[in-house]
Amino acid sequence: MNTSQTYLDLYARYRDQLMSVAPDAMNACRDEAIRTFGHKGLPTLKVEEYKYTDTERAFGGDYHLSVATAKVTASDAPVVVNNDELLTRYYGSCVDMSDPIVALNTAFASECLCIHVGRNQHVERPLEITDVLRAQADTMEHKRILIVLDECASLTILMHYTAADQQHFLTTQVVEVVAGDGAHLDLYEIEETHSLCTRFNTVAVNVGRNATVRHNGITLWGGITRNTITVSLKGEMSEVTLNGCVMADKHQHVDTNTVIRHEVPRCTSHELYKYVVDEQATGAFAGKVYVAPGAQQTQSDEVNQNICIGSESHMYTQPMLEIYADDVKCSHGSTVGKLDETALFYMRQRGIPRPKARQLLIQAFIGQVVDYIPLQPLRERLHIMVERRLGGDLDTCAGCTLCK
Amino acid sequence: MAKESNEYVRQVANEQYKYGFTTDVHTEIIERGLNEDVVRLISAKKEEPEWLLDFRLKAYRHWTTMKQPEWGHLDMPDIDYQAISYYADPTRRASSDGKPKEIDPELVKTFDKLGIPLEERMALSGTAVDAVMDSVSVKTTHQKLLQEKGIIFCSISEAVKQHPDLVRQYLGSVVPYRDNYFAALNSAVFSDGSFVYIPKNTRCPMELSTYFRINARGTGQFERTLIVCDDDSYVSYLEGCTAPMRDENQLHAAIVEIVVMNRAEVKYSTVQNWYPGDKDGKGGVLNLVTKRGHLRGDNSKLSWTQVETGSAITWKYPSCVLSGNDSVAEFYSVAVTNNHQQADTGTKMIHQGKGTRSTIISKGISAGKSQNSYRGLVKIGRKADGARNYSSCDSLLLGSHCGAHTFPYLDVQNSTATVEHEATTSKISEDQLFYCNQRGISTEEAIGLIVNGYAKDVLNKLPMEFAVEAQKLLTVSLEGSVG
Repeated sequence: MNTSQTYLDLYARYRDQLMSVAPDAMNACRDEAIRTFGHKGLPTLKVEEYKYTDTERAFGGDYHLSVATAKVTASDAPVVVNNDELLTRYYGSCVDMSDPIVALNTAFASECLCIHVGRNQHVERPLEITDVLRAQADTMEHKRILIVLDECASLTILMHYTAADQQHFLTTQVVEVVAGDGAHLDLYEIEETHSLCTRFNTVAVNVGRNATVRHNGITLWGGITRNTITVSLKGEMSEVTLNGCVMADKHQHVDTNTVIRHEVPRCTSHELYKYVVDEQATGAFAGKVYVAPGAQQTQSDEVNQNICIGSESHMYTQPMLEIYADDVKCSHGSTVGKLDETALFYMRQRGIPRPKARQLLIQAFIGQVVDYIPLQPLRERLHIMVERRLGGDLDTCAGCTLCK
Repeated sequence: MAKESNEYVRQVANEQYKYGFTTDVHTEIIERGLNEDVVRLISAKKEEPEWLLDFRLKAYRHWTTMKQPEWGHLDMPDIDYQAISYYADPTRRASSDGKPKEIDPELVKTFDKLGIPLEERMALSGTAVDAVMDSVSVKTTHQKLLQEKGIIFCSISEAVKQHPDLVRQYLGSVVPYRDNYFAALNSAVFSDGSFVYIPKNTRCPMELSTYFRINARGTGQFERTLIVCDDDSYVSYLEGCTAPMRDENQLHAAIVEIVVMNRAEVKYSTVQNWYPGDKDGKGGVLNLVTKRGHLRGDNSKLSWTQVETGSAITWKYPSCVLSGNDSVAEFYSVAVTNNHQQADTGTKMIHQGKGTRSTIISKGISAGKSQNSYRGLVKIGRKADGARNYSSCDSLLLGSHCGAHTFPYLDVQNSTATVEHEATTSKISEDQLFYCNQRGISTEEAIGLIVNGYAKDVLNKLPMEFAVEAQKLLTVSLEGSVG
């Protein structure tokens, strides 16, 4: 309860400053959000949605609050900081504002990155957003992103999270996505920070009619990572795919919580999540598929496969189905196992040393998730990143110039 | 088709719960309400030793500090624990003060009507029965034959008197009174149930069976069953139950504890057919039970098989704690819900020993406006090297107003373990129905066939006589649910 109080006090101290820099639409929800947070507090391990992540520990550090005031406008990309019109219309419309972590983010967020693609517009080249954490002291950040695709618009976006300084970082991020009728969105998220980083990421997507949404979350490196992904299918004939892979070792903690809500008939959803947990790492996956009354002819499949390598590694998995309509085809499967000894033996027989053989097997296992990415250059880049991660080339971000 | 389905609905509306009659027998019922005096009174009525009264009181005191759990996927009506009478004895006549030697013929008739032979004339049926009505065991058959083999099979009250050391050693050792709300309640007020002890190197020559019946109004049933199977022994135990039709909800909060020693094997089968309430969801039994087996010995085996068709609300998770190395646990379940029934049932497999294996096969069938959930936990502890689990949970939906849910939890803390879980949810395909129709099988019959085929994996695990009964029950429970 004490940690929660720290944040309430912090809010009291910074409220005026936040109000002065942030747009009205964001300020409008602020007080209500802190009340929600004050009422609920940080979720304990007894709260079903957070039972695998100790938020008390995650939020317990002594962080400086970073209040962003810079306003950068990108060149020809459809990105803008604080688009008032979009914010008024969509801010807080997709995400569950009663969630305490979302409430905390809403209370402290000072700016919102807005990405808007107009009707019938196709953004040809993929958009990449690289988020580099830099600070001279332990810092917390509360980020907000709003992606709006109008009717029949399409966009591919890659969000790359890295950290350049060896400080403790606490990040909460809420990404709200509105995919209009006939829209097409590919959203990739790659986390490659370091063991001192704590990240609470919430992605909430509202999907219209005939739309296609693909989300791929790749967690290569981090300290405590929590990804919450909620998709609401609100228009018929839509299709959503949630994929993800996690590689965790040392004391990493990765918790993914997904909910797909089929609210209307004739939608399809797919889910594939793969985890490799080594050493003392902990992996957790909870995936719920909800089919509302009347959402007939829903098709849904969910697969979660995990490999535990380290003798002290833990894996928790919880695939769930909640179904209130009869004409549906839903399935889920979940496995936890170890590397196949016979496959390892086969490779060693052929002169491949054990560590290399192990790496190849993991790479093939994880590779399946990356292979689902339709864009070839990105797919290749990710394969290389996975390989580099497995090769022990960790903790450095090869792509950026900051470390060099 | 529409006309046809309407006809089914009408049929089922007229269909009565077969076991819904009441028996007019003088029953001694204590005052309603629950407090320490009531706990003492129950204990005194059963002439229990001091230690058991202590156990009850500790449980009661702990219960008062607890809150009813709300995590189930259930819409539970408020239970007024003070409005229930916790002890009802149909065997005690007003005039005499001891247990009568002769059983009231009304009771014999009742059990005959339920198809439970209390007379030894049915010795050929090959099943020993302990018949329990309300809070008291009416009769246990075949006791002599079993005694020759050293097997103890009697009501738990009798066991407390005859074999106090055994009962004291094992009671509450698998399900402690602090375990959960309903376990604490049961530990405080439990009445009759069965006690089974199979000595070393003994194969129980017949199926042991307990039949539970709630009769009196305004009461609940709080039975307690304890099964101990010593080294290298085997027993197959069956449990059946029914209750009369009443407008009010009746509470059934039982505990079953099973201890399995080295190389022993226990097979526990249940066909649960408590009154499910009427078609509008009025009345019915609230079935809130804690069942758990502890596989203490190496190479031991425990298998739970359950067919759940009755009860307004079922909250039941027969579990296994696999402590012995290389022990094996199995769970086979068919849960059928119709009308307004709600079931939240599944199992827990807790692997602690090396090389332990478990299998879970669960089949849920929901019809009408019912909600059917599977909730299960597979936990592989740090020391459970090479543990193995396979779970498969399928749900079948009949009707567009029902719900089928799956909530499995897999906690793996050992990297040498292999855990697999799969689940599917679907309805009976039009193609399958059309195929049957084409061949002159009516839709109703076709559904019966398909459902029985779907549940076959589980029904095959039941002992012969039970399997036949369960098959019939499945068909009856689902009658009229098509449309």
